[in-house]
Amino acid sequence: MNENTNYMNPYLAGILLGLLLVATIYITGRGLGASGAFKSVAVTGAEIVAPTHTGSAKFYKEYSAEHPGKSPMMNWLVFEMTGVIIGAFISGLISNRLDLKFEKGPRSTTKMRVAGAIIGGMLWGIGSQLGRGCTSGAALSGMAVMSTGGIITMFAIFGGAYMFAYFFKKFWI
Amino acid sequence: MGPLVPDIISNNMNFIVAMIIGIFFGAILEQAGFSTSKKLVGLFYGYDFTVLRVFFTAGLVAMLGVIALDHFGLLDVSLMYINPTFLWSAIGGGLIMGLGFVIGGFCPGTSICAASIGKIDAMIFIGGTIAGVFIFGEGYPLFENFYKAADMGSPQMFQTLGISQSLFAFLFVALGLISFWFTSIIENKVNGIKKPAIRFTPYYISMGLLGVVLALSAFVFTDRKANLTQKIENLNYVNSYPLDTMNVDEFALCLTKILECDKYQGIDFRPEKEQEQFPLPRTTSMTINRLFEKDAYKTLSIRNKISIFIADDELTERKMAIIATELGYKHVRILRGGLNNFVASILNYKPMENPKTKEEIYTNRFRIYASQQIPIILKEFKPRAKNNKEKKPKRIIGGC
Repeated sequence: MNENTNYMNPYLAGILLGLLLVATIYITGRGLGASGAFKSVAVTGAEIVAPTHTGSAKFYKEYSAEHPGKSPMMNWLVFEMTGVIIGAFISGLISNRLDLKFEKGPRSTTKMRVAGAIIGGMLWGIGSQLGRGCTSGAALSGMAVMSTGGIITMFAIFGGAYMFAYFFKKFWI
Repeated sequence: MGPLVPDIISNNMNFIVAMIIGIFFGAILEQAGFSTSKKLVGLFYGYDFTVLRVFFTAGLVAMLGVIALDHFGLLDVSLMYINPTFLWSAIGGGLIMGLGFVIGGFCPGTSICAASIGKIDAMIFIGGTIAGVFIFGEGYPLFENFYKAADMGSPQMFQTLGISQSLFAFLFVALGLISFWFTSIIENKVNGIKKPAIRFTPYYISMGLLGVVLALSAFVFTDRKANLTQKIENLNYVNSYPLDTMNVDEFALCLTKILECDKYQGIDFRPEKEQEQFPLPRTTSMTINRLFEKDAYKTLSIRNKISIFIADDELTERKMAIIATELGYKHVRILRGGLNNFVASILNYKPMENPKTKEEIYTNRFRIYASQQIPIILKEFKPRAKNNKEKKPKRIIGGC
């Protein structure tokens, strides 16, 4: 089955997303984000599997110092990302794009795509910690508040992707 | 005045707000086509620049939106979360994410979006990302030095570049518009489309006009703070600005409680040390920077209260009162001659030798009385200093 590719006009989508981001900053004083929710899940997982370890390792200690007294899942971004799941699902339902599907480039093998998704994901996991946010939290929200760090991270993400794109052509085209 | 959290919307309510915002976020991303890796990586191979268009437009609209909210005094930007800048980890982390983008085909937000509509590769990617955070956590001692190096605080790009906010915003919008045009040419070339990237159709003309309006709005929504602080450097402007005043005798009448002065509140702009040594009853401490913040809004917009701006000299009072008036606060008055005049004319009053007119007699009598009473009143007054100060709200903590 071919996916419905009637997408919204990109500039219109951009304006709507921009207005949503302004509203978010006006209401909450902070921007949108995504990778923070992944962090919450990772920290929660580690706490369940190895509570003694997370009690002593510095990363988890610093995390609980920054988010005192609460479960890592009681986090703004976890709620926001839950909303994203709902919103994207509804949008997919309306536009008839709900379908269990494994996507890969025309010359890519399934193995390549699986390995790529895992490794790519891992790199995002590490990179978003270093960059203190991902495309949403650092680049997009950083741009909205004109943060120097956010804008540098944005250029590094997209610049880096262009730099490395040549070597992974076979994955996609 | 924003942000609405935590005063108008409670911290718990904020979680529900987060979910509603997330629903819109997810729906917009999905509608824009961010739920498929093919479209996302098109950016890096030149066949589909949707990501750039959506992302850059959103960033620019949001940036100008924040600037406009600040310009109209609707948002206290001093409370807004500004991502901190750690130079090396910002660059290093960004490059790693870039590599992850071309290998994995998603970024974290879009992977959630794609997984929500059933993309299996996105679900695998999510697993990888969680594992990546875990790897970072376990390897944290190795990363830590790099992670915390070159801490520059939380500067904004125009400060780093040393240009005005308006100019930076204009240049950034211009960069966006040029990139939209340029990438459209590339996209057509890669996809073998012969038509020119921009044609004189109503669609392109209106898009272009919208872009120009956005770019110019950077200069319309001026940085209020920079603007006003510059304005009050002009002495002619400051001295000719019409302001309501209160004279020192009225002020003394209030202090001695001869007059009922509930409708007045003092706004004290003296240096902190002076305020501690010589505290005044019924005053709130204030500084020029705080005038622009939500904190001041709460104090200065109390209904039916007239704010008397107090400083040592009248010039400082005038400057602060002009800023407050320009910010839209009503019922602002200044103490004529400043506190120095009050000290000279009331506290250190030298009684007149032989007052002639009725007015002189009354003034003389009152000032003699006030010069004896007020020092006692001031001595008895114990400031609730700790209550008024140190309550400065903290910046909101955001980020990932």
